[in-house]
Amino acid sequence: MLDAVKKFTEAVSKQRFLFEELVKRDFKKKYKRTILGMLWSLISPLMQLLVMAIVFTKFFARDNPHYIIYLFAGNLTYSFFKDSTYGGMNALMQNAGIITKINLPKYMFLLSKNVASLINFGLTLVIFFIFVAVDGVAFHFRFLMMIYPILCLIIFNIGCGFILSALFVIFKDVQYLYDIFTLMLMYLSAIFYYTDDYSEKIQHLFYLNPLYVYITYIRHLIIDGYIPGLPTHALCLFYALAALGIGALIYKKYNYKFMYYM
Amino acid sequence: MKKIELNNVSVSYIVGDFSNRGLKDVVIQKLKGQSTEKKFIAVKNVTFAIEEGELLGIVGTNGAGKSTLCKVISGIMRPTEGTMAVRGNIASLLELGTGFDPDLTVKENTFLRGAMLGYTRDFMNKTYGSIIEFAELQEFEDRKFSHLSSGMKSRLAFSIACLVKPEILILDEVLSVGDGAFRQKSEQKMLEIIKGGATTLLVSHSLDQIRRMATKVLWLDKGQQIAFGETKEICDRYAEFLASK
Repeated sequence: MLDAVKKFTEAVSKQRFLFEELVKRDFKKKYKRTILGMLWSLISPLMQLLVMAIVFTKFFARDNPHYIIYLFAGNLTYSFFKDSTYGGMNALMQNAGIITKINLPKYMFLLSKNVASLINFGLTLVIFFIFVAVDGVAFHFRFLMMIYPILCLIIFNIGCGFILSALFVIFKDVQYLYDIFTLMLMYLSAIFYYTDDYSEKIQHLFYLNPLYVYITYIRHLIIDGYIPGLPTHALCLFYALAALGIGALIYKKYNYKFMYYM
Repeated sequence: MKKIELNNVSVSYIVGDFSNRGLKDVVIQKLKGQSTEKKFIAVKNVTFAIEEGELLGIVGTNGAGKSTLCKVISGIMRPTEGTMAVRGNIASLLELGTGFDPDLTVKENTFLRGAMLGYTRDFMNKTYGSIIEFAELQEFEDRKFSHLSSGMKSRLAFSIACLVKPEILILDEVLSVGDGAFRQKSEQKMLEIIKGGATTLLVSHSLDQIRRMATKVLWLDKGQQIAFGETKEICDRYAEFLASK
């Protein structure tokens, strides 16, 4: 028994060592070891926000107070999803040289990529709350519930990363298809517009888009001032677990076949 | 105790040009009813077993399935048929220099590789000094990996895998690295590890090296197992086969 425990803790510590080293590597590569590198990746979502604010404030801000927060909440979520899944998609192919030579758990490469995106997201989140404060939305303990949609989103991103990375190994044009997909997703996620003008039926259809669900949760919490009901919570979790489940199944099935296509 | 045991192991894999194949190509191929995926049997019915502390030399011409066999034993691939038992932690050196990151420094790469080979941070902290010393790269610790010469890269890869005391060591065409002095040093190191009880698989085109170091030899040709047995006998037969070609 004691032996088994010792073996287990040793296995965990080895995996942790590998994970930490991979995270370090991905982080260094992403930011090229410069503070500026990190700054750039923060500037990109902010610039996007700025452009959108300039263009759309004229149309939407009149009837909607805190439009900039509305916009930021959408952008924040979408950028994190995009950054994380793009990294995830490349996780296997970028490490092809290692995967075909050393026997390692393949999900490690994907998880380490996600950590780099998560750090980026965390920094943007800080700026988001600065905006929230500047825009005159008083802090409320309700805001702590942000942790729920964020956790679901992290799981959702990892799941999508699993699926995409597997697809990318087998079909090399997935990266171009995904470009188109994310563009469509951006327009369908109600990042800069409001869904109130659509008929009730269509408004329901928006909930088929996981990103929209996560964005809406955050907006209700921060702007509308209430915690969404149980069905929204269930939906958030459902999308996250569905993506992760499908992704894990694909990895399990193709674990030893990926290398043929690399 | 038998460290590595293979029973009638066959490995087949899918070959084809996948480097640029996209979804649209697959759809077109499906519509036309042709498939570019071909099954290829790389290793056929290989059976052998080696004990702790033995060194198995694997010989064969190009495309004999030597590297595939190494990949199967190191767990990267799975046998399609047959059974296999491998007991102990493995350090495999398949094609040196791959898996290193050109943008990271020598030190960072050393730790990353150590982590990949399944060692703990404590262990790497303790052995890092001797790894760099053995690879003779003390002055290059903080250089980018891409700035090293290919000989230096191989030396580093070899040092990491060897100094970490694996129970099973898989060496695929790696002992012919570095200059003469380093080659001698690495061979000596290998012998030391083997004497320390490690079980080793050595793929080499140098028959001399195999004769000197191996305790058993496996001869493959086009995926088929031609022979497995004592070093001298098989090496003689293989040399004869090479001469007659």
